[in-house]
Amino acid sequence: MSEQASTTESVLRIQTAKPEIPIDTPMRRWIMQWGTAVVGGVTAVGDLAMFTWQMFVWMFTRMPRRDTVLVNFYQVGVLSLPVVALTGSFIGMVLAVQSYYQFHTIGLETHLGVVINTSLVRELGPVLAATMLAGRVGGAMAAVLGTMRVTEQIDALTTMGADPIHYLVVPRFMACLFLIPALTIVADFMGIVGGYFYSVIILGIDRAAYLHHSREGVVAFDLFNGIFKSIFFGGVIAIISCYRGFNCQPGAEGVGKAATEAFVYSFVMILAIDLFLNIVLDWVYFSFYPEGTSLF
Amino acid sequence: MSDSNPPIDPSGQDASEPQAEESAVAVAERPLVEVENLEVTFDGQTVLKDIDCQIERGQTVAVIGESGCGKTVFMKTIVALVQPTVGRVMFDGQDLSGLSPAELAIVRRRFGFVFQHAALFDSMNIFDNVAFPIRQNEEGTDDAEINDRVRQHIGEVGLPEEVIYKRPAELSGGMQKRVGLARALVLRPELVVYDEPTTGLDPIMSDVINELILNTRRMYPVTSIVVTHDMHTARKVADRVIMFYPRRRLELDQSQILFDAPPSQLEHAEDRRVRQFVRGEAGDRIREMSQGMG
Repeated sequence: MSEQASTTESVLRIQTAKPEIPIDTPMRRWIMQWGTAVVGGVTAVGDLAMFTWQMFVWMFTRMPRRDTVLVNFYQVGVLSLPVVALTGSFIGMVLAVQSYYQFHTIGLETHLGVVINTSLVRELGPVLAATMLAGRVGGAMAAVLGTMRVTEQIDALTTMGADPIHYLVVPRFMACLFLIPALTIVADFMGIVGGYFYSVIILGIDRAAYLHHSREGVVAFDLFNGIFKSIFFGGVIAIISCYRGFNCQPGAEGVGKAATEAFVYSFVMILAIDLFLNIVLDWVYFSFYPEGTSLF
Repeated sequence: MSDSNPPIDPSGQDASEPQAEESAVAVAERPLVEVENLEVTFDGQTVLKDIDCQIERGQTVAVIGESGCGKTVFMKTIVALVQPTVGRVMFDGQDLSGLSPAELAIVRRRFGFVFQHAALFDSMNIFDNVAFPIRQNEEGTDDAEINDRVRQHIGEVGLPEEVIYKRPAELSGGMQKRVGLARALVLRPELVVYDEPTTGLDPIMSDVINELILNTRRMYPVTSIVVTHDMHTARKVADRVIMFYPRRRLELDQSQILFDAPPSQLEHAEDRRVRQFVRGEAGDRIREMSQGMG
């Protein structure tokens, strides 16, 4: 009995003993800072996941009103068309300028179209269209939704029985998801036209040889590769931009920060997804076509 | 089997009829809003604690108090824009925190909310702003009826018809607030909540808004909560005033509601802090603020 009492006493002594570690040490501060950052990061990812989940639930249970969808399709698709077409054609011409002298020195300038077209269709077209969309549409989405948050318009929607995610996010997500493949095709096409124009008209490469090699170098899988990736780019731009807008801090600075972060995070995610999907799609391609295709 | 049958009255009458009448009376007598043991905390900071109050049907209640006392949070909790950390808010006998988003959306059709800065949708013109609640909540309403109702409500808040095709940014602050009021009333809500309705307006326009609040009450059987620190508004429109005090300036056992009575008793309130607020006297506040107690 006395032994049990002694054990209990020692346990109590241990439990009530004051820690001997000093309260404020560099190590403690470092652990606290990292702990706060990790908890904040995990909370933000969880919050983003919940936001995305709610959006998908709304999307598959009740479609948004036609007028809200059409407005966003116009904003995302029609108004992005000129800038995507223009930048696409410039990228095609830049590729021709950059590649010509290398190919000319080894006498393969007629193969220039293969490099330009493959680069555009597989990589530059979708990434360029997505980057333009993130800059032009993503930043604007975050700014508009952020302003609506700051001026209580999102609260007003809620008080009138409308779900803000259903009313504001779903149409924007649908517009980005469904229209980015079309914008990618436009960027691809204008890039190819730009590359052809500079190579054949400006540099004087033989037209028939340029077209012949161009046709041989690009396969249907390349086009699929680019368009498939673009769908993911469009989705991630809409989700990140809308999420940043919804969680905007008060004031003009908060709105500006939300717009900037929407573009930066979207761009980083575009490149990360691009890398991941390229690895996956290459694996798929070489599983079906083990010998692949050669540029020359 | 017998459980489902109504009880037989010895007199031979169906006893369910008086019961239905009694329950209808009970519903009519039940307060429209009941707040029980409400506590709201943001990031570890308690804004409201141990709040209990009831708002009767047809009442106009002014909620007053200095900035940061939690009156806006109280109002947003009542319309379920903010969830209570502890306690509950009952609207017409329904616990709002227990409702799903879809059920909440249905209950919210019975609320009207007039925001401090109107919160009009700047992507829409005035007509579409006022028509929004109808289109959102009464699908299938034909365009002619929407048109009639929007024009009627725009007229009731004293705005000319020419404004309906303008954008919110083209209107003055007072006009925007009146459009906000028209939008809040277009579904004929049972509870209208006004957030600082006269803030930022000149004295004449402030009184116009006060008159509109009184007119609304005369025209519709509506219960109103007016959050304000304009004592003229509180005295003119309210038949009951509740004054909140900032939680951070109180001891743990002190109530956050300093005053809950008709506005006529404001001047004679026992609590010095109420009289000080009503008269707009700074007192020792500058010294307290400089010591970090404000």
